[in-house]
Amino acid sequence: MVPTHHRLLTQPALWITLVLLASAPLWVNKVGLYPYLALEIMIWMMFALGYNLLLGHAGLPSFGHGAFFGVGAYAFGLVQIKFGAGLWLAMIGALLIAAAAGAIVAAFISHRRGIYYALLTIAFGQVFWFISMKWHSVTGGEDGLLNIKRLPLDLGFMEFPLQSNVALYYFTLGLFVLTVVFLWRLIHSPFGRVLAAVKQNETRAAFIGHNVWLYKFLAFVISAAVAGLAGGLFALAQQSAYPNVMSLHNSGFVVMMVLVGGGMVSYWGPVIGAAFFILARDLLGAYTETWLLWYGLLFMAMVLFKPEGIAGMWQAWRAKRTAVRAQPAISLATVEVKQA
Amino acid sequence: MSTALFSAQGLAKRFGDRLVLQDVSFEVGEGELHGIMGPNGAGKTTCFNVLTGKYRPDQGRVSLRGEDITGLHPTAIARRGIARSFQLMNLFDDFTALENVAVATPALRRHGFGMWRNARDAGDAYERAALTLERVGLRDKADVRAKSLSYGDRRALEIGVALACEPVLLFLDEPTAGLGADGIARVSELVRELKRHVTIVVIEHDMRFLFGLADHISVVHWGQVIARGTPAELRANPWVQRSNLGEMG
Repeated sequence: MVPTHHRLLTQPALWITLVLLASAPLWVNKVGLYPYLALEIMIWMMFALGYNLLLGHAGLPSFGHGAFFGVGAYAFGLVQIKFGAGLWLAMIGALLIAAAAGAIVAAFISHRRGIYYALLTIAFGQVFWFISMKWHSVTGGEDGLLNIKRLPLDLGFMEFPLQSNVALYYFTLGLFVLTVVFLWRLIHSPFGRVLAAVKQNETRAAFIGHNVWLYKFLAFVISAAVAGLAGGLFALAQQSAYPNVMSLHNSGFVVMMVLVGGGMVSYWGPVIGAAFFILARDLLGAYTETWLLWYGLLFMAMVLFKPEGIAGMWQAWRAKRTAVRAQPAISLATVEVKQA
Repeated sequence: MSTALFSAQGLAKRFGDRLVLQDVSFEVGEGELHGIMGPNGAGKTTCFNVLTGKYRPDQGRVSLRGEDITGLHPTAIARRGIARSFQLMNLFDDFTALENVAVATPALRRHGFGMWRNARDAGDAYERAALTLERVGLRDKADVRAKSLSYGDRRALEIGVALACEPVLLFLDEPTAGLGADGIARVSELVRELKRHVTIVVIEHDMRFLFGLADHISVVHWGQVIARGTPAELRANPWVQRSNLGEMG
């Protein structure tokens, strides 16, 4: 028998996520929320998924990743405003410029690990934030870039306006699905397996002949590119880009999303975590201005008592009910099937 | 000039004011099993670390098939066909036994930057990995995570990971460390079998193990090679006799 659980299409979590997201505009008002919130959640899901390539799958703690989300947002705005680019070009610009910023940072930090790695990412994150504050002529300083337009989606044979939140929502959903597929394939590819090996034992990975530096470098660049894409969508949603998007806060939020959601044990952890965080922000935030204090306490409790996060709790509950042991993605059985 | 597969000449390594290796030289011929023996703290593991690129020697030269590989990065040395196991186990604990060896195969290394295909289809990585597990006697444990394996099985997997690199030269650092008599017998059997296919350098302080397997042995003490020869020659060596080999008969 060939286990199928490493196939994306057999993942219940995929279908639950897709059905919920695709239908959200139909029911989101009825449960007292609003379409823009669903849009924001999806953008953060994308950012968190890309971030988790680094934190969860490669074990590399970047605590300054908001910088690349921010670079993506600014890049989207600048490519549109300064060069009059259309939607696709601005989106690609956001992705590539964030990737380039990621490559510069990664070039300096990829030979480090652990606490030094984490500290350097924070330092670089602050550098980008500082640039966004001070480089007035380009970034608009504290005011940021205003008047970013929701340009229409040009598919060659027809155009869709993205003015409404719902239209933009479905455009974002399309890019979200592409991101989910790309990252899923990536972590199950040879590259993903080596990255998982690097996470567990960097020394041994080098001694069996893998170029550890290059793997860490590429993981960082790809993760920054996804953050940039999400940042570009955020600029599109907000119709502006401002220093706050690349603040240390945003860098911290994505870490909290991924850890609370369970990114360390599940591919879907960041998706759960992003939804949980933004909903908590809105729902708790409606009651109290100090919602982040309560969320922070929850985060601390989670890290102390259930570091596997929500996804980990779900897995533990299922394991208890069904008593099925988790199977590896590639077992001896699958190897022998191919040989036969 | 001899046609040794591997040679180390005049290696010296100093940590601060401690001279850990001084003037260590030995040669390993193709197909040979070369033992490095000595008491704890004699510099055996440091010697391995210098030979496999973890440390750069202060003096001396290491060469593989005549090519100077002194001070190369461990990755570069691994790619030239030298693989090593570790005394303190150094596995990918969350991977299964199969994944541990698969990630070490040359096929996975070649396909390592493939980001779209499934790892399962990275050349023959997993087929070769399954064969390697068979060789080290872990076929039944292929789908068990490394951290859940017994100590003896982990020692076997430690060798398996190095073997999966398909090396021309295999360094084993105290493969029997921490094992009981049964475990030692199992590793002994395994190394005897491997010896038929690959050139091996093995560090041991278990003399019985080494004398039964090695073609040549270098005795290291205080960072120096104090004696060398075949097991038969060494049996006659006063130092070796003093260190209770005599009791073995």
